[in-house]
Amino acid sequence: MRRVSSAGFFLLPASLLILFFFLLPVAATLLLSMTDLSTATFSRPSWVGMGNYLDLLRSRWTGLILKNTAQYVLLVLLFNVGMGLFLAITTSLLPDRLGDSIRAVWLVPRITPPVVYILIWQAMLSEAPYGLLSTLTGTSRNWLSGFPWHAVILANGLIGASLGMLIFTSAIHTIPPDLFYAAAIDGATTWQTIRRVVLPLLRWPIMFVTAYQTLSLLTSFEYILLLTDGGPGLYTTEVWALSAYHLAFSNYYGNARFGLGAAMAAVLVIIGIVVSVAYLRGFRFRELVQEPRVEVT
Amino acid sequence: MPLRPRSWPFVAIAVVVLSLPIVGGYTWLLLSSLSREVHGLLPVGGFHLENWRFLWEGVEGRPSVWVALGNSFLFAALVAALEVFVSSMAAYAISRMRFPGRPLYLGLVLVLHAFPAVSLLIAIFYVLRVLGLFDTLTGVILVKASLDLPLGIWLLKGFFDGLSWEVEMAALVDGASRWGTFWRIGLPLIRPGLLALGTFALLSAWGEFILPYTLIVSSRRWTLALYLQSLIGDFTFVDYGLLAAVGLYYMVPVIALFLLGQRYLLNIYGGGVKG
Repeated sequence: MRRVSSAGFFLLPASLLILFFFLLPVAATLLLSMTDLSTATFSRPSWVGMGNYLDLLRSRWTGLILKNTAQYVLLVLLFNVGMGLFLAITTSLLPDRLGDSIRAVWLVPRITPPVVYILIWQAMLSEAPYGLLSTLTGTSRNWLSGFPWHAVILANGLIGASLGMLIFTSAIHTIPPDLFYAAAIDGATTWQTIRRVVLPLLRWPIMFVTAYQTLSLLTSFEYILLLTDGGPGLYTTEVWALSAYHLAFSNYYGNARFGLGAAMAAVLVIIGIVVSVAYLRGFRFRELVQEPRVEVT
Repeated sequence: MPLRPRSWPFVAIAVVVLSLPIVGGYTWLLLSSLSREVHGLLPVGGFHLENWRFLWEGVEGRPSVWVALGNSFLFAALVAALEVFVSSMAAYAISRMRFPGRPLYLGLVLVLHAFPAVSLLIAIFYVLRVLGLFDTLTGVILVKASLDLPLGIWLLKGFFDGLSWEVEMAALVDGASRWGTFWRIGLPLIRPGLLALGTFALLSAWGEFILPYTLIVSSRRWTLALYLQSLIGDFTFVDYGLLAAVGLYYMVPVIALFLLGQRYLLNIYGGGVKG
């Protein structure tokens, strides 16, 4: 009995926070998604069952938003993994000090507050005489409204690339040096060594980064919200997660449709749960939960 | 890689060129904050400090930037303290004690670690309204600390698992309480883990935008993220100098913390953090 209560004491604060801000919100998302809760009905929402989901299926924008989401996730993912791989391999070929400094530069966007990071992008892409891109190309225009998708993908990609870069770099450092010497003795060029030795050994880290970032990209919208807010124009860069946010919190139509937003969020929540549980299985869970070693009664 | 190809200077040039956009962006931030105008990356009209007048004069229609700075400090410090404290307790229990439902609890932490918490935002808004914590710093602090909790528990559990347990065992046999063992022996031994998590939590909370943006309304409770965003909404294409100065002001603690905590941080950013 004492054992249970003592563990319970240590777990109590964490359990309360998890209950209030993870478990209850999951339940609340699912429940709210079946109501017509909105600014107009905030005090007395009524139950609409699957009505919100049917509305989503019928909406003329759903197709476009799905297409945008797929495009966003795939292209940013491609950029993140490809650039992360490229940076990890090339910086590993350089002298340590130089390689470290370049990796540090690529970490800066990740630690920069998002609002500041996006401010820099907006300034770089603005009209002459201010914008750097307008100055360099000699064409004055607002590049952000001209090429919103390029901006969205690059702005997210410069941040995401650092995750792959760090994970792949540490994986490269754990490759036994003998493999490189053996390849060199066999007369392999650097490119051949990368292709035949390094890349095959990075297969698991690459799969991990891909899996991990797919899920987080699917639900992330912070940088798009700050950069284009789904525009320019109607739904040009609106992705699923951002659309849920807009429905629930923006008052463009004088009435924030909270229930409908919750229905869009519920789709993400369910995908999130299913995929995280799948990851858990992939992580060889049984090894992770072996019994603890310190146990005195 | 142990063998450096003879062509590495070319590789170096290619990578440096590829990194120039990042360097360029931050150079712009610094130059703009200190110049009358910046065209591309070229300061025009000379060096001046007018952009920084928001520090002593403020900006019309907004609370003082020092209030926002104070809120940001309070927010980041409390989130980090809460996160480190609560996760270290839970991590200790999971790593050291046997209790019913332990595999389930650990599984829950792991699933939540991979789970994209931002998808819960709409419901969290509702939960805070029900709890009466909407539009309070307390509410946002609790939410932010909770959402990063699974990461913290998981990270610190790893640190506790890596400790040899003889000392703790000896203390327990000699009659020390669980709490005393945790507080006086466990925590000091995992200092690197606490520092890593603390630095990460401080940086993450300092930059946090979407939670306070959604859960805080009153401008006297604005953090610096909200303060700057409100200026960007009003002043884009008008006064990049002011925006850059506020942005840089907001970034100074980040740079300091990054330089101080870099070696701890690599642990955590490299270990599969949300991003």
